[in-house]
Amino acid sequence: MYKAKVNVTLRPSILDPKGKAAHHALQNLGLKEVQQVRIGKFIELDVDAKDAAEAKKIVESACTQLLANEVMEDFEITIES
Amino acid sequence: MATFGVLVFPGSNCDHDAYHALKHVMNSDVKFLWHKDTDLSGIDFLIVPGGFSYGDYLRSGAIARFSPIMQEVVKFAEKGGPVMGICNGFQILLEAGLIPGAMMHNEKLKFVCKNVYIRTESTDSIFTSGLEKGQILDVPVSHGEGNYFIEEDGLKSLQDNDQILFRYCDAKGELTAEANFNGSIDHIAGICNEGRNVLGMMPHPERAMEKLLGSEDGKPIFESILNSLSVT
Repeated sequence: MYKAKVNVTLRPSILDPKGKAAHHALQNLGLKEVQQVRIGKFIELDVDAKDAAEAKKIVESACTQLLANEVMEDFEITIES
Repeated sequence: MATFGVLVFPGSNCDHDAYHALKHVMNSDVKFLWHKDTDLSGIDFLIVPGGFSYGDYLRSGAIARFSPIMQEVVKFAEKGGPVMGICNGFQILLEAGLIPGAMMHNEKLKFVCKNVYIRTESTDSIFTSGLEKGQILDVPVSHGEGNYFIEEDGLKSLQDNDQILFRYCDAKGELTAEANFNGSIDHIAGICNEGRNVLGMMPHPERAMEKLLGSEDGKPIFESILNSLSVT
């Protein structure tokens, strides 16, 4: 069994109003050093595959079909055994 | 007489509004189609209604597009069958790839529920053939994710192919920044596919069918549809 960790993030060209709102709140908290905030999604999947390469392939297919909308989102996969 | 099919997903909440608009205001034949149904025989026109299908989990419309009935809706649309997606229905059609683009959270992050004005941008479709170009409609919106987005090339092709049917405007029909309350690119409120048989729109014409309930500006859209269906 492999554990897949997926980060889904808005493409850099896309405005992230949630990130902006969080950034604004952090500024109000006095954390002026924080220059930018982008909010995405973190998804964990348990995958039954014969090796890490196969697990990655399965998760890639999950991402392109459902977990991410590639019109506006990018995704990054990490596979752990 | 044409028969309309209104899809019902767990979480749909405008299915009955669409049914009422068609059955009791337009006096048409209409039936509900459950999300697990796969038989569209006898249906001439499909409505994907508003609501929060599957709780809007993951992204609005993302789960609904894989429901059994949506596989049939895609086939129906690809054969030229007319389909109209309203609000969550628009989001589902985008996720299903029947219309290009995607929906993001409203620019100001608020769920907006109010009446807005939209301007008819093209009358070259079965949905808008009975309207005048530039005609302003007073219709309600009710959504948190209606900020339409498409890449620059995609936008250009929507503009070049006259696929933008409705834009958010003010009472006079001007495209002011305030009128574009959700931040949609190019003020887009409704677009059709290249084949012009699939419409997606965020505002709810089915909730603007009776003067008594505030506005009947949604009616000309359904009149256009009924006229086109009786001709073909």
